[in-house]
Amino acid sequence: MKYLCLVYADEAKLNAMPQDQVDALIDETMATNEELAASGHLLLTEALEQVASTTTVRVRDGRLSATDGPFAETNEQLGGFWLIEARDLNEAIRIAGRLPSARVGTVEVRPVINLLREHSAR
Amino acid sequence: MTHPAHHPELRERLEGLYRLESRRVLATLIRLLGDFDLAEEALQDAFAAAIEQWPRDGVPANPRAWLVSTGRFKAIDRLRRRARFDAMLGQLAARLDDQAPDPAELDEELLADDRLRLIFTCCHPALPPDAQVAMTLREVCGLTTEEIARAFLTAPPTVAQRIVRAKARIRDARIPYEVPSPAELPDRLEPVLRVVYLIFTEGYAPAAGDAVVRADLADEAIRLGRLLVDLLPEPEPEALGLLALLLLQNARRAARATAEGDLVLLPDQDRDRWDRDQIAEAAELLRRAGSSGRVGPYTLQAAIAAAHAEAPTAEATDWDRIVRLYDRLARADPSPVVELNQAVAVAMRDGPAAGLARIDAILARGQLGTYPLAHAARADLLRRLGRTGDARAAYQRALALTGHEPQRRFLQRRLRDLDRPVGGDGQP
Repeated sequence: MKYLCLVYADEAKLNAMPQDQVDALIDETMATNEELAASGHLLLTEALEQVASTTTVRVRDGRLSATDGPFAETNEQLGGFWLIEARDLNEAIRIAGRLPSARVGTVEVRPVINLLREHSAR
Repeated sequence: MTHPAHHPELRERLEGLYRLESRRVLATLIRLLGDFDLAEEALQDAFAAAIEQWPRDGVPANPRAWLVSTGRFKAIDRLRRRARFDAMLGQLAARLDDQAPDPAELDEELLADDRLRLIFTCCHPALPPDAQVAMTLREVCGLTTEEIARAFLTAPPTVAQRIVRAKARIRDARIPYEVPSPAELPDRLEPVLRVVYLIFTEGYAPAAGDAVVRADLADEAIRLGRLLVDLLPEPEPEALGLLALLLLQNARRAARATAEGDLVLLPDQDRDRWDRDQIAEAAELLRRAGSSGRVGPYTLQAAIAAAHAEAPTAEATDWDRIVRLYDRLARADPSPVVELNQAVAVAMRDGPAAGLARIDAILARGQLGTYPLAHAARADLLRRLGRTGDARAAYQRALALTGHEPQRRFLQRRLRDLDRPVGGDGQP
């Protein structure tokens, strides 16, 4: 099963973090990613630019609109994601718990729907 | 890296090995590493290493021992690498490395003990019952969180949380990873047997949903029952009795539902479709349990099921023997459900009025009021007494209480048939 681990954190807090702590966090994250890649769990991971760089796109009545900023203002912002392969939800939770980001923010674990399989099942 | 996809035979062998060995390897890794999550990681690492190395180096002579020692080594290696970020992990790695297991520690007997340790830990009385069930199915049987959720009609995050909390509890309360001493065994075995029975019941008679039988859960429970009988140092009579009970009920599986998924009650079942091998195996287990002189509730329930299984026809059922077994069961394990079944047996031996009086007495005490089978059994007795109006009301009551689709259809059929005269009765 594939699971998407979405990391949410308070950008203001992260921005206020001393540089050496940020470096340590990145360092540890890279090491964790290497481990997850070696064990075959990691499919894809990316960190996102700060939320201020967001553009929100909508198409209504055939007209495209693009606005600055995120769809909703929240205390914690989406900062990155890990797409992982795990045997089941508890394995995905164990992996999410190992992400250094889980200590500074929160990780949302969402199962990925296999559209191909769901489609052919119909 | 050589991908196993290029070696279809090896991949098949590895998948087979995973199904067969992963739970044993996990059980041992938990002992060696002292932590569920660390052991689970090590298990995955060991299989990942097998996928990489076996195509190149060949399959080791003892794959299980190879997986255990590779998993253990990988776990220590991982902890060392993580020690850069958390010094505590370095100490843990050093400690684990010092406790390197003697190769003799991987002998068969100790590995068998590890599986028992795992079962007793998953069913530890400090864990809530639903967590015991989830832990047993995931850690001992190897079901995924999603499969457990589907079987119990629960959302996967709910099951996942139970497992996460149970593991935290085991860690925080320092629940030891051990097989209870002979003195503690009877007490500690009780929740284990209950978990196995619960898994079977959910498979055999789901409380809700659209299936008469969820075969996979019933099979898992029988596998667990066999494991206990095989692994326990002394043949524990109630473990024998429970396995006998599961086999006797399971022997009727094919006859319990029509091709359309409708329930068929015991007296109406085609006895030729009962599995005689399972019935014979259960009889042997019952003989062993009975010879111990300690006869518990599971053995008594199995003896009742055996009395049904041995009757060549429904009419030939020895109801007197069954009523007497229920008397003993009601003393060994008093419960309103046992009393209800006893009442049905009394009705078969002494007539519907005697059974009805007993059911009414249970309901008058305020027990089983929301239990659909109590009202269904009452309805059947009322119908046999010719009290059609009361029977209709009782069937409707049962119908309103059940969430199980085949049971609903059965009750609706009974309601429709009320005006027609019908013969004997029994339990589902």
